[in-house]
Amino acid sequence: MQLRVRALETVLAEKGYIEPAAIDAIIEAYETKVGPHTGARIVAKAWSDPAFKQALLADASKAVASFGLVNRVGDHLIAVENTPKLHNMIVCTLCSCYPWEVLGLPPVWYKSAPYRSRAVNDPRGVLADFGVTLPPGTDIRVWDSTAETRFIVLPMRPAGTDGWSEEKLASLVTRDSMIGTGLPKHPSEAA
Amino acid sequence: MDGIHDMGGMHGFGKVEAEPNEPVFHADWEAHCLALNRAMGYTGVWTIDQTRAGIESLPPDVYLTSSYYKKWALRLEKMVIERGLAGADEIAAGHALRPGAPLKRKLTAAEVLNTLTRGSYSRPPQGPARFKPGDRVRTKNIHPKTHTRLPRYARDRVGVVEAIRGCHVFPDTVAIGQGENPQWLYTVLFDARTLWGDDADPSIKVSIEAFEPYLEAA
Repeated sequence: MQLRVRALETVLAEKGYIEPAAIDAIIEAYETKVGPHTGARIVAKAWSDPAFKQALLADASKAVASFGLVNRVGDHLIAVENTPKLHNMIVCTLCSCYPWEVLGLPPVWYKSAPYRSRAVNDPRGVLADFGVTLPPGTDIRVWDSTAETRFIVLPMRPAGTDGWSEEKLASLVTRDSMIGTGLPKHPSEAA
Repeated sequence: MDGIHDMGGMHGFGKVEAEPNEPVFHADWEAHCLALNRAMGYTGVWTIDQTRAGIESLPPDVYLTSSYYKKWALRLEKMVIERGLAGADEIAAGHALRPGAPLKRKLTAAEVLNTLTRGSYSRPPQGPARFKPGDRVRTKNIHPKTHTRLPRYARDRVGVVEAIRGCHVFPDTVAIGQGENPQWLYTVLFDARTLWGDDADPSIKVSIEAFEPYLEAA
């Protein structure tokens, strides 16, 4: 594929459709600037600041707009909250829709046939694949991203983190916990 | 289209295998493939729905056996050829053999950081929303041969409107060049037993984002 993609890039550049420097800048941005650290900061702030949490759940696009992102998040971001009674999980069964601005590029498993096929009819089995067992009595809500709306899970704040800084809290927030296939790290694993 | 991409509820694909410490890209060409797709999208030659339709129309065996970015590369090759932006002979040669077509705009390195966000797909409505939160709706039993965002597992099923998400570009028409045709978008919630039968786990609910033309009152 290396040669094939290079050939395509050369043709598109020689045709004047693309600028090679822009290609390099896009790659650099996705390798260094965009990623789940942004989502982790958003979650940590929601855990620390009740007014922000309320604003996030009411209109996530608006709430995260001033979050020091490289740019404005698209206007269709929706945050969904986990509770002791309800666990949320995000999938895109039709392709690979994912909130790039706040979580970066999706991992391979998110785009894979096993996840896309099973998340909607066997979410507990999928969680088991990730080593996650929910407490008995927890309902599961699966959100299939079939339009341009994008979802981020607001996981539950781990117990034993009272008085923690947002930065320290953010170190507990994993990418998978914001997709709903994982839980935040245990406080003993804080960075 | 009822294609292989519409995977929700299929059996037999096995366990979800997460790769520990997965890198952003697994090879240099993956990074270039992503960037080429972004840069060509910026020129305005096609919309996001047209690119999705491009992936969905790859042959099923190719779809299932190609990695994610390989599908993107194949789709990009296919679409530039179909649109007359480059010839198969040029791609095979690895060089342009003829001048390019004039495009609306070209992404410069300086502009890249301003283009990382997604565009807005909200549009002014063509009329009032037909449904409101709490309404029971039935998804239509439709099987268009062209692009649609109503997954098979959620067709001809009764659910409840949970939220109105605004009025958005309608993928089914824009993908086939019939205009943005903005439609109201709803989050529609289904009980797992409605989707998967009486044996399904009653503690599971699944929602889709459904455009108004997919729905009728139930």
